[in-house]
Amino acid sequence: MLKDITLGQFFPGNSIVHRTDPRVKIVLVIAMIVSLLLASGVFSYALMAIYLFVIIAVSKVHLKMVVRGLKPIVMIVVITAILNIFYTAGDVIWQWGFLHITKQGIYAAIEMVVRIMLLIIGTSMLTYTTSPIDLTEGLERLMSPLKKIHVPVHELAMVMSIALRFIPTLIEETEKIISAQKARGADFETGSILRRAKAMVPILVPLFISSIRRAEELATAMECRLYRGDVGRTRMKQLKICSADYISMTVSVIVFAGTIILGSFGL
Amino acid sequence: MSEIIKTENLTYAYHDENGNEKYALNGVDLSIKRGEFVAVLGHNGSGKSTLAGHFNAIRLPSGGKVYIDMMDTSDESKIYDIRCTCAMVFQNPDNQIVATVVEEDVAFALENMGVPPEEIRRRVDDALKAVGMYEYRGHAPHKLSGGQKQRVAIAGVIAMMPRCIVFDEPTAMLDPAGRKEVMRVICELNKHFGITVILITHHMDEAIKADRVVVMHKGKVIMDGTPKQIFTNVDELKKASLTVPQTIEVLYELNNKSNANLKIDAMTVCECADILQSYLK
Repeated sequence: MLKDITLGQFFPGNSIVHRTDPRVKIVLVIAMIVSLLLASGVFSYALMAIYLFVIIAVSKVHLKMVVRGLKPIVMIVVITAILNIFYTAGDVIWQWGFLHITKQGIYAAIEMVVRIMLLIIGTSMLTYTTSPIDLTEGLERLMSPLKKIHVPVHELAMVMSIALRFIPTLIEETEKIISAQKARGADFETGSILRRAKAMVPILVPLFISSIRRAEELATAMECRLYRGDVGRTRMKQLKICSADYISMTVSVIVFAGTIILGSFGL
Repeated sequence: MSEIIKTENLTYAYHDENGNEKYALNGVDLSIKRGEFVAVLGHNGSGKSTLAGHFNAIRLPSGGKVYIDMMDTSDESKIYDIRCTCAMVFQNPDNQIVATVVEEDVAFALENMGVPPEEIRRRVDDALKAVGMYEYRGHAPHKLSGGQKQRVAIAGVIAMMPRCIVFDEPTAMLDPAGRKEVMRVICELNKHFGITVILITHHMDEAIKADRVVVMHKGKVIMDGTPKQIFTNVDELKKASLTVPQTIEVLYELNNKSNANLKIDAMTVCECADILQSYLK
């Protein structure tokens, strides 16, 4: 049951979107966020929406998965829309007590909803098409200039990749502990929330203890394999910018530039 | 000099929870030659794992000296050379795999050593082929069986091309099939690649495969010899709270219960059967 959770919602594939270098993808996502914020007007949003749908189509990520990714933010979208509808000043078209709806309010609400949805779709396409390992590696390389100002970039990336490595192991361990406690008569399903929360203690304590033991053993094993931080370290896999990256970059840059230009004219 | 590992009057002290000084190792003199396959046997708490830690400079002696290829382990400037010469494989495969992909994990030590990328690629492929895990190079480690994971861990160590590998109970957490796979790889490393192997174990049937068996008891080496010499000395082994291989146990008990006076040096089931057959005739 616990095993079924997917890590970082990666959707494996071999499309041009998948093959694009993680560094390129991260930079492009940032550029996309900026151009979305600069967009205004139907055409600029339409251009961005077409761009994202082309990415979804090319990467063969199921539309269902994309929609599912939007679910957690439905509440935020609804609240933003309501606030925009009722609190934007302008030409009143409907009024009831202190509540009033304006024409500008409706436009602003629609714009915000579209903007947030495109933002979420765009960023989740990054996590759908990039494995957590590639993402970590891309981030490490992108942030490596920060090493000069003593940001522990390598260490953070190492921590992240070890965490990713141990999530399945710890899930397995948790399942074992749950079974072991159930066999001893522990009850996790009935009672008030407080009681159920208390029932988690006999799971968490052994889990923490064993994690600490694991960490210690792993540290020794890493030392044995000559790990000494970032000093003089090479990498087997070298990230190289290839044709897929150039295509993605060109297409994206054109779309982003188009969005910003259209946006600046308010189209 | 033909010794790759040499210990001189090695002691290792620690404090127990009451603050009393205890000796996990109490005067160990041992020398291991290049290319040897040595099994270190001992009951729990006999100091065998502590001893293994000294070969890799994870633990440093409280007294005495340990030399790995003439390098003193207490010399901090030599620590990386020592760990390159004498690598180590641990008991729990889960806790020694660092990366999320098999080949990345095998490359881990080489990346730390600063080996150029093309050479890492080549050595990783060779190491994975040597342990028969090449076709799993793109897999996630948590999807492999225990024996496969342990073979990946071994590949990660042999990619470093050490001259000596210490295995600290590598099969203790594996099922019988996994144990067999791992033991086959270990024997192969010694026979084909000429790597000195030190196998810490408490399985007698694994120790039989070694050229030489060292028995530890209460922090001391109490027996040292070929498997035949060691296992036929049943009384001494029992004193160290160790069992003997079943093939020998059968013959030994037969000798005790009757005056059959059988030879008890049967290392394999076949040898044991032969001895019994000739006796029954």
